[in-house]
Amino acid sequence: MGKDQHTDWDVLIKGLWRENPVFVAVLGMCPTLAVTNTAINSLAMAAATFFVLFFSSLLVSLLRKVIAKQVRITTYIVIIATFVSLVDMLLAALVPDIHKELGAFIALIVVNCLILGRQEAFAAKNKVGAALMDAIGMGLGFAIALLMIGVVREILGNGSLFDIPIFGTSFEPWIIMILPPGGFFTLGFLLLLFNAVALRRTKANAVTS
Amino acid sequence: MAQELLWIFISALLINNFTLAYFLGICPFLGVSNKVDTALRLGLANIFVMIITALAAWALNTYVLIYAPYLRLISFIIVIASTVQFVEMAIKKWSPELFRALGIFLPLITTNCAILGLALFATNKGYGLLEGIVYALGAGGGVTLALILMAGIREESRILDIPDAVKGTALSLIVAGILSMAFMGFAGMFSAA
Repeated sequence: MGKDQHTDWDVLIKGLWRENPVFVAVLGMCPTLAVTNTAINSLAMAAATFFVLFFSSLLVSLLRKVIAKQVRITTYIVIIATFVSLVDMLLAALVPDIHKELGAFIALIVVNCLILGRQEAFAAKNKVGAALMDAIGMGLGFAIALLMIGVVREILGNGSLFDIPIFGTSFEPWIIMILPPGGFFTLGFLLLLFNAVALRRTKANAVTS
Repeated sequence: MAQELLWIFISALLINNFTLAYFLGICPFLGVSNKVDTALRLGLANIFVMIITALAAWALNTYVLIYAPYLRLISFIIVIASTVQFVEMAIKKWSPELFRALGIFLPLITTNCAILGLALFATNKGYGLLEGIVYALGAGGGVTLALILMAGIREESRILDIPDAVKGTALSLIVAGILSMAFMGFAGMFSAA
């Protein structure tokens, strides 16, 4: 039992950093870049993706013995699309302002390769408990990445964080950061940072061993 | 009417470029586009699938979804994927030449966010059949343009001395950012006219 828990924990942790869906696997690019112009939008997108990922993994894992191999991808897509439709209507009812701002990108969660990828690579082959742990880990990893990008873009592009101004009036916002190019730049530089850290680590390991 | 259609085309092609302004179809943009030739063929396949998608979306919107709007997302994705499969089989049978040029890309493209994005945006904007097809042409052309530009830059950058940390996706993203900035300039094109 103790060993099981340890591996479950491992499954959860790997999504946060070592196999982070955005920074390491570079999956789910379009929502990552399109809606992360403010921290609040990032959070909403991350929450919606988390919801879809969690319930799709639950259902796929439960049905893994029933789904025929030949039609599995189609089945996953139908399951995912169902939950996305749900989340779309939920957001429209609960937070109409944010729903309006995210627009068609909520519906585009369907084609986020992160979600389909986790169904195929993990949920379809593992027990419900492990599949949920994987979904939580990957969902949180995605959320962390989205929030990192959103925070950088909002601070630089708007001079605020969660709509609260953090600089005085003397700050001239870098408008470009909340426009499309800012998304490319921010993710590009964050990836650069990740690579640089990873490279230094491998070099340090090589020297010590 | 003609002016309106031209406006839809130019807007989708340059100003609201699917790849550089909406971030749709980023995966092939960052992953596949290493050679100009491959990029061109991928782009053409994209235009092709987009036109089929526009037709399918229009048909669904007009005949089916007025009765059940909540099924939009599910029916879009299933109908588009299966239509493309059928068309792929048809091409394979009737024109092996064309199949060799586009074939391997067709199933890949179907699951691309640009395709579903096209169907959704066209629906949100309330485009009819003709407008939808023009929109698909513009959007597909825009994706092709972005793919070719990116592939060209990548071909050239292979002979550059690039620091290890920047190599790969990080570099592509920063290049894409600069391209995206350049495309922002097109936004001023029509406001003056």
